[in-house]
Amino acid sequence: MAQYKLSINGKSLSVDVDPNTPMLWVLRDHLDLVGTKFGCGIAQCGACTIHMNGTAVRSCQLPVSAAIDAQITTIEGISENGDHPVQKAWLEHDVPQCGYCQAGQIMSAVALLKENPSPSDEDIDNAMNGNICRCGTYTRIKAAIKTAAKTA
Amino acid sequence: MTLVDKKLNRRSFLKVSTLAGGGMMLSFSWLAGCKPTPEEVLTMPKEWFELNSYIKIGENGAVTLFNPNPEFGSNVKTSLPMILADELDVEWKNVFVEQADFYPERFDRQFTGGSQGIRSGWMPLRTAGATARQLIVNAAAQTWNVPAEEISTNAGFVEHQTSGKRASYGEMASLAGTLEAPDPETVKLKDISDFKIIGNSKKNVDGTKIVTGKPMFGIDHKVEGMKYAAIVQPPAFGMQLKSFDKSSVTSMPGIQDAFEVKIFKDDYGRNFFDTTTFPTIIAIVGNSTWEVMQAKKNLKAEWEEAPDSTFPMAGRGGQNMDIKVPGGLENSETHKVKMAEYISKPGNVLRKDGDPEGAFKKAAKVLERTYTAPFLAHNTMEPMNCFADVKGDKAVIYGPTQAPELIRQTIAASLGIPQENIQINLARMGGGFGRRAYSHHMTEAALISQKIQAPVKMVYTREDDMSAGVYRPTYSATYRAALDDNNNLLALHVKAGGIPESPIHANRFPAGAIDNYLAEGWQIESNITIGAFRAPRSNFIAGAEQSFLDELAEEMGKDPIEFRLELLKRAETNPVGENNDYDPKRYAGVLELVREKSNWSNVPAGISRGVSAYFCHNSYVAEVVDITIKDKQPVVENVYAAVDCGIVVNPDAAANMGEGAIVDGIGNAFYGEMAFENGAPTKRNFDTYRMIRHKEAPKKIEVHFVQNNEAPTGLGEPLFPPVFAALGNSLYKATGKRLYEQPFQPQLLEMENLKM
Repeated sequence: MAQYKLSINGKSLSVDVDPNTPMLWVLRDHLDLVGTKFGCGIAQCGACTIHMNGTAVRSCQLPVSAAIDAQITTIEGISENGDHPVQKAWLEHDVPQCGYCQAGQIMSAVALLKENPSPSDEDIDNAMNGNICRCGTYTRIKAAIKTAAKTA
Repeated sequence: MTLVDKKLNRRSFLKVSTLAGGGMMLSFSWLAGCKPTPEEVLTMPKEWFELNSYIKIGENGAVTLFNPNPEFGSNVKTSLPMILADELDVEWKNVFVEQADFYPERFDRQFTGGSQGIRSGWMPLRTAGATARQLIVNAAAQTWNVPAEEISTNAGFVEHQTSGKRASYGEMASLAGTLEAPDPETVKLKDISDFKIIGNSKKNVDGTKIVTGKPMFGIDHKVEGMKYAAIVQPPAFGMQLKSFDKSSVTSMPGIQDAFEVKIFKDDYGRNFFDTTTFPTIIAIVGNSTWEVMQAKKNLKAEWEEAPDSTFPMAGRGGQNMDIKVPGGLENSETHKVKMAEYISKPGNVLRKDGDPEGAFKKAAKVLERTYTAPFLAHNTMEPMNCFADVKGDKAVIYGPTQAPELIRQTIAASLGIPQENIQINLARMGGGFGRRAYSHHMTEAALISQKIQAPVKMVYTREDDMSAGVYRPTYSATYRAALDDNNNLLALHVKAGGIPESPIHANRFPAGAIDNYLAEGWQIESNITIGAFRAPRSNFIAGAEQSFLDELAEEMGKDPIEFRLELLKRAETNPVGENNDYDPKRYAGVLELVREKSNWSNVPAGISRGVSAYFCHNSYVAEVVDITIKDKQPVVENVYAAVDCGIVVNPDAAANMGEGAIVDGIGNAFYGEMAFENGAPTKRNFDTYRMIRHKEAPKKIEVHFVQNNEAPTGLGEPLFPPVFAALGNSLYKATGKRLYEQPFQPQLLEMENLKM
């Protein structure tokens, strides 16, 4: 066990955990930030997507020891009041069905639009291909990203 | 209606309220999870007045509506309250929606599955809304001293035109809450043409919570002093625990204990939804999810082959039967060989019309094709998990389940405490697809909590989840058609089975449309457990049947839609047999609508197009799939769906559900497959189990609903089964090759020269 000081959603937080503990479980079990979801544990489904210094990463494969000097952002931190253009577009298109994968989808979409403010269909396909939606809301996800691109 | 009567009866209601005040139901939380709908912020009233199990109104006119059914993504939490709100005659913006916990004294049929939520809730919820509205009217009549018949309602207000009196529901709620509920049988329901909310799309009431990452799933739950648990199950079907070394994990950091969990007591008569692959597992308990997952990898356990066994099951009629579980380690290759043997073996006759044997004897030509599909894993995005807190003879369970009523019986028997002492709170589910109708994960969590005497959250890894069984079965279907010299259809024969169940619905189309018809079923026993998977049986047989009809239409030189319409015309005007369980006119209606919406005869350049139609869960669906070939691989461009599910309560959400079912079908048709080697699932996570991804989804999906005033029928499942054949038929147009075996993708990769 070791003490780690982390910067999460602009706040400085401390945890006492094993160095190999993935950020996914640090967030969920130790910091009560449960918006980041467990799906596969092997970076294949995207449900656990967070931002490390603005880049989308799979938190199930990011050990806490590798996150100490980084700015970490989770779904809880992308806007103060749930009004990020991507969140608003998600609501406008009424994207979610079960909703479980959507935090990860949104985190991937926010990172995409930051890098590429007006992505083509192919850009969206490539950026979002690592996020599985078992309910099959892909066409709405794509439409919402296009709406967000227009309003961002 | 008798059930409604029971629940709305004022006296049974008061009894419940007393219970709620004195016992464990006190923790039933009225306000947990309240959220303004849509985005307008409602002011909380000072006091709520309960009008019935589903409805309470505040003095300020705010309304709380309870969604009785578990929500797994099919929109019941929004759509069911819409029905209540319309009959109650309030404005949607003044409505809070709350998820009801499992509370059988207050709610009927708290079950999500079989696409029956809206269909079976339709009349009870309309009646509940109308009854509460009548209570408000009666309160106004008493207050104003005028006849109730002279009072009208509109958008949360009561009015008496003659006297000019007007008041909000909030002003009448206090008195209304004390009045005797009117007889539900006599309460007047709205005319369908007067609906204001039903039929007008409303956003998901949990949308904001979802996009901001608020805790709402079972896996998100946490209480003070809670422990974490992981499970270890045998590595293969047909195996059981021999022994394990507890000390291999208990010295690891954060690990408290490891022990055997036996799910059922020996003499327990299981119910139909008690499917449990491994009745004995190992639980590891510790201080965090990561620590117990690490311990899982370290645990030293020995496994052995399980012998043939039997367990008692309570049949649906109350009679007990013994269910046999064969021993042995099964293989997919052996499964295929065994299933192929049935093509020439006789099956059990399920339906016979006319003289099919005679017709086949005199046929000029016989078309025979066999279709197969593998086992499928549900793979809900949220793995199985559950929170449980068992203290003495009381238990609180919070987690994902489609069927709380059934699992409560099981948990009670396994814990040895009375059912009424078990409180099941319903978490939003991260997907269900049938899998969570089998909720043994709740029993496991409860037993772990009972053993450690502390609250616990148990979480499956993805590998646990994917290899725990309850799969969609593997199936095979052989279709034969007898044709005369002029290519007239003389007879149709279907023989279909699977491991371990047959997919046949013997009285569905094309039964009823063909003079000489024979349907046979068979099954092969197995120790691989199966369960309901989105549109059980239909999800395979529709693909086989509709692929065969496509090939048959081609053989007969007919347009595939025209051919189906001719058969349906026959079933409508001069049906064969008496037990046909579909309405040929509504069936034809969706084919005609999809023909129009897809502009069927004008296929755009470069597009290959296939059609399919199916009836299940009381609804009719026809679908057209358009594909192109790019880089020698198919790309799904457009999907057009025409749906007759009666009145559509929440149209945009219904379209979303339909789009999802289509994506799900395309994914499973191309890639879905679970296989076995020596009893072990060959795929345990998403690196090997291929799921449809963003890139592979159709570019465009249109879902069109037939406009009518029929009572609502199923929606979550019916759009799924037809996709398989619509896709297969379009692939045939593109490649010149018929595909008989799912999944399609491995065969497409082998095709070097696609036709286009």
